[in-house]
Amino acid sequence: MYNQPLTERIGFRRHSVIPGFGLSFGVTIAWLTLIILIPLAALVLHSASIGFSGYASLLADERTQNALGVSFGCALIAAIVNVLFGLPVAWVLVRYRFPGKRIVDAIVDLPFALPTAVAGISLAALYAKNGWVGQIFNWFGVKVAFTPAGIIVALIFIGLPFVVRTVQPVIEEIDKEVEEAAATLGANRFQTIARVIVPSLLPAILTGFALAFARAAGEYGSVIFIAGNIPYVSEIAPLLIIIRLEEFNYAGATAIATVMLAVSFLMLFVINLIQAWTRRYTNAA
Amino acid sequence: MPHESPRGLQMEHTPRKWRSATSEPLWAKASLLIAALAYLSLIIILPLVSVMVEAFRNGAGEYLAALKEPDALAAIRLTLLVAAIAVPLNLVFGLAASWAIAKFEFKGKAFLITLIDLPFSVSPVISGLVYVLLFGAQSALGPWLKNHGIEILFAVPGIVLATIFVTFPFVARELIPLMQEQGTAEEEAAITLGANGWQTFTRVTLPNIKWGLLYGVLLCNARAMGEFGAVSVVSGHIRGLTTTMPLHVEILYNEYNLAAAFAVASLLALLALLTLVVRTVLEIWFSHGIAGNNKH
Amino acid sequence: MEIRIEKIRKEFDRYPALHEVSLGIKSGELIALLGPSGSGKTTLLRLVAGLERPTTGRIFFGDADASWTPVQERNVGFVFQSYALFRHMTVLDNIAFGLTVRPKATRPPKLEIRRRALELLDMVHLTGLEKRYPNQLSGGQRQRVALARAMAIEPRVLLLDEPFGALDAKVRKELRKWLREFHDRTGHTTIFVTHDQEEALELADRVVVMSQGKIEQIGSSDDVYDRPNSPFVFSFIGDSVNLPVSMAHGDVQFAGQALGLQHSEDGTGQMFFRPRDVTLVSEGPGITGKVTTSRRLAGARIVELDVGTARAPNLIEIEVPLDARAERGSEVRFRPTRWKVFAGQ
Repeated sequence: MYNQPLTERIGFRRHSVIPGFGLSFGVTIAWLTLIILIPLAALVLHSASIGFSGYASLLADERTQNALGVSFGCALIAAIVNVLFGLPVAWVLVRYRFPGKRIVDAIVDLPFALPTAVAGISLAALYAKNGWVGQIFNWFGVKVAFTPAGIIVALIFIGLPFVVRTVQPVIEEIDKEVEEAAATLGANRFQTIARVIVPSLLPAILTGFALAFARAAGEYGSVIFIAGNIPYVSEIAPLLIIIRLEEFNYAGATAIATVMLAVSFLMLFVINLIQAWTRRYTNAA
Repeated sequence: MPHESPRGLQMEHTPRKWRSATSEPLWAKASLLIAALAYLSLIIILPLVSVMVEAFRNGAGEYLAALKEPDALAAIRLTLLVAAIAVPLNLVFGLAASWAIAKFEFKGKAFLITLIDLPFSVSPVISGLVYVLLFGAQSALGPWLKNHGIEILFAVPGIVLATIFVTFPFVARELIPLMQEQGTAEEEAAITLGANGWQTFTRVTLPNIKWGLLYGVLLCNARAMGEFGAVSVVSGHIRGLTTTMPLHVEILYNEYNLAAAFAVASLLALLALLTLVVRTVLEIWFSHGIAGNNKH
Repeated sequence: MEIRIEKIRKEFDRYPALHEVSLGIKSGELIALLGPSGSGKTTLLRLVAGLERPTTGRIFFGDADASWTPVQERNVGFVFQSYALFRHMTVLDNIAFGLTVRPKATRPPKLEIRRRALELLDMVHLTGLEKRYPNQLSGGQRQRVALARAMAIEPRVLLLDEPFGALDAKVRKELRKWLREFHDRTGHTTIFVTHDQEEALELADRVVVMSQGKIEQIGSSDDVYDRPNSPFVFSFIGDSVNLPVSMAHGDVQFAGQALGLQHSEDGTGQMFFRPRDVTLVSEGPGITGKVTTSRRLAGARIVELDVGTARAPNLIEIEVPLDARAERGSEVRFRPTRWKVFAGQ
């Protein structure tokens, strides 16, 4: 009696008095398989059937390479901009008090909640040559719509909440005493922010960057209206996938999709690495 | 009261401006605040405002006419139908998944959560692509479906499936951390008091998660109604039959029927705003101490 | 550096944390601010540091009025209760921080900074740990890094906020000894805040006993222990017993009985004495009580007596010699040998 283990295991799970595991787990697995795993399997099978040499030739296509470059390149720039501007926004939302703060805080989530097509047409209208903002750019001789610049603008819109929402909770957790310590040691406010606060936010910043980048790379609806979709100039990879599908070139479409998925998974992996690396520092110092 | 020390050293007669150790000087704060608000206005508020302005550009009469147009109405009906199917299904799934994950310990949890999150991290176009590969003309199932006259792609079922795929994680993602944080103590207590599984769930768990559940459902719904990329791939864009509201917006826009496009878009924008408003209201209630808040 | 605190008053949103506190600290002194939580001791420390600003009153560093000098310019070394080390920097970088943020004019060259930081690391007996990160150190080690970091800027005064609060008993004892020895070696003016009276009495040249935003008494350890000048200090420092007494014609009376003790004023008051400052008497004036419990503590016996009535029991504890007769239920009579009466309480 006294030698029973503290936790009994039934198969692969620990025993619990709470009922319903079988049902809930079963439903979960069944639905997951139906909706995600089977379609995913179709994708994997299809990519497998293309074979290495098939991939090589498909990806050697200049238009494909260009589309991937536009998608990833614009996503990169947009993610960087989102970090540079998102950090101050997050700071202001956490540290400052001002009337209407709750509303502003909620607004940050708009790109997350707004349907991409709606964002797409409104951004296209705003930044077109005769649009409210496009006019100003036009006055300086800069074209935004129908260029990669327009794509970047749309991707900035999309990625904004990812950086801000990832960094916000970390700013909230900053220990004020560490700031006070830096001040007692003679650091002025700028030095404290640059050398003590920002480095401690680095993991969250990187995570936000990776999330914004991953989302932006695959973005479709907000981009295609403002981009102009000119092949070799402002054509994004998701659009090329659709074009290939309409040509019944499933292999071509799958090839592009696989590359994009590979990058997504890489990003996920990087994010997990960052979280693990963070734990090196954050164990109660 | 100025006075000199015996050694004649300089004394501070008037207090200087106080500098706090943990906040920026006032001028820096003001500039940063204004810059941040200006940035947010440009990037987020301006597009939102422009949707509304453009929608009513030709007056309220044209606005309503655009919405009452048969193809628009069909699009609205289809959107509502798709959401009415996808959201409840994913709601049930979300509840099942979060119950299994939050209330039990088993191996492979992290992997399961990653799988659940999958649709969240892939491009919507790829989400549609997988269904084309599964049911399309060149797929294994394609010919069989054709022979039996079953239309999945380029018809409503395909749209429903693609929508279910992309909105799959939303309820679960809201509920899992919430239920994990709430732990298992209350449910175990109920069991020891003689409640069965269903009673425990409805009378102990459900009340605790109701606001997280509501918000998850709202997000799921907003995404279901607003999904564009995935549905674009599988729908075939047949006006009046297989166009949802976002697709209809695209069609109108490409026809340079801008005011009508924005009119339909404004409905979706209002839905997004409603979602945000509910979230803000819930947060205000949460911060006054209703279940689930972990900030202190 | 001598420090003068003049009539400092500090209010947080109308809540008064300090009421017109004045204090003079001698150069090179190791002084303790001792009191329970809410006494205002940490607030006072933070005011000296410049982390808070006074509502009214002034603080002088030497002859200069520093009341409104920003903390960055006060050159104080502050050691926080939670150490507040910079988690993403190595130990060496933490210690060197104060030197690296100096304006170019006064900043030493890199090699010199490194040399000084290593020297300080030596001084706190942590040589060899310069490449470690704070979360790889024990509590006691982090404490010493925090101290070295504060010392690096050659502060005019060292301020320690409950420096040993978060450590376990054994480490605390060792660090206490170490801190005293460190202070004697370096000679910095040091103010430290604690709620642990043993710590204050052991370490400090002078103790400032505080309660509810006011200073109750300032003196050496002997002063506050042997000559407490208020009921609060008497009861806060060491064990004490207090009984309500009345004085008539110079005689002190308890429960209507004369105790054979004299006091100058008449009226009512509280009599304080320490449990071990009593002598048992078999007859003559004294306090009688019935023994309720008795326990052994090292070389003496602690006896709990009920000196009240059946309707209003009043339990106190006194220390009696081991060979005294004090069984449960027996009556004991005693007289305090050292005592103080605070009139009008």
